[in-house]
Amino acid sequence: MLRLDRLPHIWCPGCGNGIVTQAFLRAVHKRKMDTDKLVVVSGIGCSSRVVEFLDFDTVHTAHGRAIPFATGMKIANPDLNVVILAGDGDIAAIGGNHFIHGARRNIDLTVIIFNNFNYGMTGGQYSPLTVYGERAATAPYGMVETPFDMCELAKGAGATFVARSTTWHASDLTGLIDRALQHRGFSVVEVVTGCHVNYGKLNGRETPVKMLRWQRDHGVPVDKYHQLSEEDKVGMFPIGVLYHFTRPEYTHEYGKITGR
Amino acid sequence: MQGNRACALAALHAGMRFFAGYPITPSSEIADFLAAELPRCGGSFIQMEDEIASMGAVIGASLAGVKAMTATSGPGFSLKQELIGYAALCEIPCVIVNVQRGGPSTGLPTSPAQADVMQSKWGSHGDYPMVVLCPSSVAETYELTINAFNLSEMLRTPVVLLSDEIVGHLYEKITLPGEPDIVLTERKLPGPCPAGKYHPYDTDSMSDVPVIPNVGTGFHCHITGLIHDGAGFPTRDPAEVTSLLERLHSKIESRKRSICLVERREVDDARVVLCSFGASVRSCFQVVREGRSQGLEIGGINLKTVWPFPDFVFKELPANVETVLVCEMNRGQLKGEVERVSCGRYRVVGLNKCSGTMITPQEIESALEGLL
Repeated sequence: MLRLDRLPHIWCPGCGNGIVTQAFLRAVHKRKMDTDKLVVVSGIGCSSRVVEFLDFDTVHTAHGRAIPFATGMKIANPDLNVVILAGDGDIAAIGGNHFIHGARRNIDLTVIIFNNFNYGMTGGQYSPLTVYGERAATAPYGMVETPFDMCELAKGAGATFVARSTTWHASDLTGLIDRALQHRGFSVVEVVTGCHVNYGKLNGRETPVKMLRWQRDHGVPVDKYHQLSEEDKVGMFPIGVLYHFTRPEYTHEYGKITGR
Repeated sequence: MQGNRACALAALHAGMRFFAGYPITPSSEIADFLAAELPRCGGSFIQMEDEIASMGAVIGASLAGVKAMTATSGPGFSLKQELIGYAALCEIPCVIVNVQRGGPSTGLPTSPAQADVMQSKWGSHGDYPMVVLCPSSVAETYELTINAFNLSEMLRTPVVLLSDEIVGHLYEKITLPGEPDIVLTERKLPGPCPAGKYHPYDTDSMSDVPVIPNVGTGFHCHITGLIHDGAGFPTRDPAEVTSLLERLHSKIESRKRSICLVERREVDDARVVLCSFGASVRSCFQVVREGRSQGLEIGGINLKTVWPFPDFVFKELPANVETVLVCEMNRGQLKGEVERVSCGRYRVVGLNKCSGTMITPQEIESALEGLL
């Protein structure tokens, strides 16, 4: 499932993107997906370059536009399994509008978000997911904006399967992606991943190990998270399946009109 | 039939089965009609969240092997430009209809203009070729929409149908061709999937159109908006970069004579030639007709293709032509092109109007005074 002739990849040593990619491929393998019918679509950024290394039909689109491309593909050929791999800047900022509308339509796409809290490829600028108070190349005095919670956003916008994990919780991640791939509807898996080179070094987590420890210490299984006091929840985030719901899927609904 | 309706109908007849759009006048009727008709033909219509998304969805559908189109106007056309460049570089067939209205910015909704000539060629960043067709009547809208799909599929390139508010909203009688008379061109697809790696962008010659498989057919190809090599993967090798950009232009330039559709009337013995495109052609041709009946030595040229610019038409004008009067609802975008290729052989004069109203035959007659 890898284009071995395209390796080595472009990521920095210690980057978390490889762990997310591996979890995705394990899920595809586990699910025994027909890789001839699997299209992986990405936008622009470090993580979006992943598609170059995957041995499926792969489309590296424009910044933020993976979901519209994927939407056109899925409608044109509903037999395709279309997966979007996207970074936090790509999907939450420039592609934010497409993300909420994809969720609203509940079109059968799976979005895996590589959330490293910053724009790594351009040198570590802040993104809509940068943690409040933490620093980035363009937030040298600390982030003053409140970040999106992508999982809550997805849920609010109408996504029907929403999960979160981290690269520390890699084995759980494979299971979550597997469930997302299985789900018929708009499914979202947010993966908190490390960028020690740009983001970590400005926030006291300058090694991959420190990035992973931070994920271990801040990601709380969703059941436990809900038992925490409001005070203890501050700075923590729930992981696992956060939301799972069934409602009509877009291509199915449109198929009723066309009779397909 | 209305111009916009003729466009939508022709698209269906051309085999278009996916439309994504965003509401904007004066192009709305195209989306309205297709929302009703596409599901009946087994096709799909979707109204996306914005203009950019609709362009993206069109490219996605085309990658999946379905002929796809979007329609927009003014500000919407501006928003689509980045992805038009993507389609040009990645060689993904698609048709973009721009029913022009007055600009810049929100401009004049909904009054006519022809001021997107240069934008339709240069709207996206970087050097890329464009094919742009301009209908001057409802019948031509039908004809050129079919052509737009054929050229797009044959050349694997985005094609713009540059209509305008007048033509889009014009009602005229037209004779529709019978189904056997509609000649359609389909994109070339590779044969059975080879055992080794397939190189979708490899071509035999610099003017060749690559044979790129649709997604979901087992080829496992990579499509990227990065400059790519024959295998489809990113490259920064200067020779490969040059080669791709050369080929993109060459595949269009080498076929310019067949892509360029030009209608000439009474040009052979004319002293003054009225040159135009789109709605303004109608006033020009009326003046030619009436002028000829009064013995005036005038002719007319209707550029149904504005890009690639049909420079040969102006290089090959007979020696008796003293003046070319370019009539357009903008500040002289096409006139500049005619001037560029005239090489001083004749005078190039512009009749330009940017008032949100059409160029009338009377205005052309006034402009002719002193030229004949």
